[in-house]
Amino acid sequence: MKRVYVNEKWCLGCHLCEYYCAFANSGQSSMVKALKGRRIAPRIQIEERNNISFAVSCRHCTDPICVKSCISGALSIVDGAVFIDSDKCVGCYTCILTCPYGALTHSEQGAVQKCELCKTNEFGVPMCVQGCPNQAIVYEER
Amino acid sequence: MNYVIIGGGTAAVGCVEGIRALDREGNITLLAAEPYPVYGRPLISYLLEGKTTEEKMLRYREPSWYEENAVTLLHRRAVGVDSGARTVALDDGSALPYDRLCIATGSRPFVPPMDGMDTVANQTSFMTLDDAKHLEEMLGAGKDKKVLIIGAGLIGLKCAEGILERCASLDIVDLAGRILPNVMLPEPAGIIQAHLESKGIRFHLSDSVARFTPDTATLKSGEVLPFDVLVVAVGVRPNTELATQAGCSVERGIRVDSHSATDVEGIWAAGDCALSHDISTDTDHILAILPNAYFQGETAGRNMAGGDASFTQAIPMNASGFCGLHMITAGSYEGDTYLSREDGSYKLLVTRDDRLAGFILLGEVDRAGIYTALIREETPLSSIDFALIREKPQLMAFTRAERAKKLGGVKTW
Amino acid sequence: MAVRFLYPEFEVVRNQDRCVACRACERQCANEVHRYDPELGCMVADESKCVNCHRCVSLCPTRALKIVKTDHAFRENGNWTGKAITEVYRQAETGGVLLSSMGNPEPYPIYWDKLLINASQVTNPSIDPLREPMETRTFLGKKPGGIQRDAQGRLINNQTPQLELSVPVMFSAMSYGSISYNAHASLARAAQALGTYYNTGEGGLHEDFYQYGPNTIVQVASGRFGVHKDFLEAGAAIEIKMGQGAKPGIGGHLPGQKVGPDISRTRMIPEGSDAISPAPHHDIYSIEDLRQLVFSLKEATEYKKPVIVKIAAVHNVAAIASGVARSGADIIAIDGYRGGTGAAPTRIRDSVGIPIELALAAVDQRLRDEGIRDQVSVVIGGSVRSSADLVKAIALGADAVYIATAALLALGCHLCRTCQTGRCNWGIATQRPDLVRRLNPDLGCQRLVNLVTAWDHELKEMMGGMGINSIEALRGNRLMLRGIGLNQKELDILGVKYAGE
Repeated sequence: MKRVYVNEKWCLGCHLCEYYCAFANSGQSSMVKALKGRRIAPRIQIEERNNISFAVSCRHCTDPICVKSCISGALSIVDGAVFIDSDKCVGCYTCILTCPYGALTHSEQGAVQKCELCKTNEFGVPMCVQGCPNQAIVYEER
Repeated sequence: MNYVIIGGGTAAVGCVEGIRALDREGNITLLAAEPYPVYGRPLISYLLEGKTTEEKMLRYREPSWYEENAVTLLHRRAVGVDSGARTVALDDGSALPYDRLCIATGSRPFVPPMDGMDTVANQTSFMTLDDAKHLEEMLGAGKDKKVLIIGAGLIGLKCAEGILERCASLDIVDLAGRILPNVMLPEPAGIIQAHLESKGIRFHLSDSVARFTPDTATLKSGEVLPFDVLVVAVGVRPNTELATQAGCSVERGIRVDSHSATDVEGIWAAGDCALSHDISTDTDHILAILPNAYFQGETAGRNMAGGDASFTQAIPMNASGFCGLHMITAGSYEGDTYLSREDGSYKLLVTRDDRLAGFILLGEVDRAGIYTALIREETPLSSIDFALIREKPQLMAFTRAERAKKLGGVKTW
Repeated sequence: MAVRFLYPEFEVVRNQDRCVACRACERQCANEVHRYDPELGCMVADESKCVNCHRCVSLCPTRALKIVKTDHAFRENGNWTGKAITEVYRQAETGGVLLSSMGNPEPYPIYWDKLLINASQVTNPSIDPLREPMETRTFLGKKPGGIQRDAQGRLINNQTPQLELSVPVMFSAMSYGSISYNAHASLARAAQALGTYYNTGEGGLHEDFYQYGPNTIVQVASGRFGVHKDFLEAGAAIEIKMGQGAKPGIGGHLPGQKVGPDISRTRMIPEGSDAISPAPHHDIYSIEDLRQLVFSLKEATEYKKPVIVKIAAVHNVAAIASGVARSGADIIAIDGYRGGTGAAPTRIRDSVGIPIELALAAVDQRLRDEGIRDQVSVVIGGSVRSSADLVKAIALGADAVYIATAALLALGCHLCRTCQTGRCNWGIATQRPDLVRRLNPDLGCQRLVNLVTAWDHELKEMMGGMGINSIEALRGNRLMLRGIGLNQKELDILGVKYAGE
């Protein structure tokens, strides 16, 4: 299965992946409409320090601890990718407790949010990958 | 191959999924005493709070799950196990043969004897969906009931959070001197207590009920608390009777090894009825938390199906929230401590022997799993930039090579 | 500075209705033009620092940015232009030599644009390159004067070493130092993928790039930086740099701040020391001296590699080229005054040298007249901007061209012409690790391959149109060119007829 991989060697710390992610999952037709005047809560996040930076998003583990730990069954695996049913999620944060990457975050709506590889929005190919100016984030089979 | 699982909860789900990962053919029979499909028991407080519905709750696994996994679900209670004949006796008098058995019987509420308790009509434990429904019924829609909860542990407090908006007053009594005595240290417990008190909950700690009348509780301290509804959430006891009968070693829970196997051939055990080896303290005790039930259940299932799975990363860990204040804890709190408090957040990291032993986070809990993984994987702190990770959980604290491994490959947990 | 004589050259125009304050512009501008003002709650800009490199414009996800030339004006006249006035102010302020980058930007005639290419009609029909073979393969090097046979009448292979190019385009010399590691990696990998060559420039060859040796031309220049036996043997050819089109007659200067550990090791000079290339080679004062160096290098590499001598296009270029051809060089590279540089004194860049088109025509003609054209191949550079320029160059007599500015453009260069600051926002002309990282060679290589592949397609298309199916048949075929807007003298030097003749 194709996953999002990051290569910190090429990460510029421009944070554009975060903005493209926030836009992709906003349901809005343009980035301006989606993000103007808002604080973004992206599903991919840059860590940076001393000239090193890299993006972190869900690794879509083959045997994900978050899914096993989920108390509501909101997290599940569909065709290898980990999805969240925000309708079922009660916001207990057990997934935040268990994810070794810190890849799940709370959303403004109370439930937890995570990268779903842009499979649940209109873009199809992860927008963080499309928006990365330096191919530091790629979407491929490994 | 006939697999029988006694219990219909999370450990059972883990067990089924563990079996089916390796064996698509064998017969699986699941004995569930409750008249529902499987649900996450911790959800009952969220149900009362309105954050979920019964319909959604009962989709912990989708309705098609039993069929897709070829599970025969029997809403029957097991009353005996004959490990020699390899049969399970059911409450209708029949016997169910098994080749491999998983005991996932969970636990039941512990209700200590209290004077006059039998006179209280409106009382319930807080463990099952039926308990929640019962409580909801007793509360009614009037927001006029005074509620008394015995027990300020996780169950009691989650119950309180769930019904706070539905009752007129809420009193909580606990014998311990602080709330959440099992998962919290005094200072953070005090923070949570103050937060809950600000929401209107009254605590009566280091105290207990001397006697009940149908609508009052007189505490040892002499205080008299009137109530309409009583919730007893003092603790739970593991359901180990069947295991004992089957000849398994049982201490405070059913003894299992890292393969979730009991010491009786053909019998595994998982979940709140079984012991775990807590690597954060190097001791064996029951870790009555949902993820642990799944891990043990899945481990049992894989081994029952002939695989070789072991679960060696058990630690106590909890994620919860109380009226908007989030709490994440894991591991043990014995060791050197690193404390920081700011903006209503509380963070305590505990280290021992070059390992992270445990942590408590209140308020700011983002990416806590990075800490949890340090405990579970027993990562030597000397191999990472601990000063950095102390500031906040971050992968930056790992070496470049380790990061490349974490972010550049496919990980199986 | 209480009195500011200079007004910023550009304005940063931000459409605040579109800006989402993602701060990519701020994070990506090494000149620190952009900043978020928390009190105003929006992005603001200090346009005085802007060099118009378009990094921010290119990355802005909402297209909220553009950079425009300021319309603020001096009281200019035909003589005292804004540029002339500005430069006087700048020198009055600093007392220094004005420095510039890239090629001569002054509006001198561009002869490529005054030459038109022929096409076949009716007779000598045109060729469809999609249907019929079209040879763009080219060999560079001395061609044998005649056939030799041994006593048994068998052919003696008297061919001297040649460079084989799949397309008649190579990447010209840019040193590791003047451009970044990732720029070099992109060029090296693209040269390999395209079946052509890139050139190390005078900064030596980084150890990581020895693997691209079969597609590398190693350069020996007046500073002799990084020259050693392995270096000479690593490349497919050796180039002696006598001059550079952007700054004929003067040397080079890589400031010490750019000489980090890697460059220090590659150039074999102390870390942090200025790398000064002298104006002349101190051992070359005549064609005979040059011949000594040519043959020293051939000796050192056992006559297995062609030697290129690169000269700048200056007034006597034809005579100089004749001398070079007689020095034993296999290839002459001529660099015109619009060729780029990482840094040159502005006056030299803008006033010294001659156009490559005239130099090429003059050299080709002179070598023919002297009957020594086959002794050398001629490679030209100094602003070949397109496949049309390439076709015209070959028709004027070039065997192949060198491109550098076009290659850098493909890598992201926006010709802001401030390479000398070392703050290239595109990761090309910089050694700052955070900036170098911006050029991912995977992308850079692909863009270079795309560019040259596109040119190759167009080259074949134009050759086919002329009814020509090999570079051989186009080379020096000036009948395929006509001039327009040229005077008789220019037509004479270019050796072409006027359009309509």
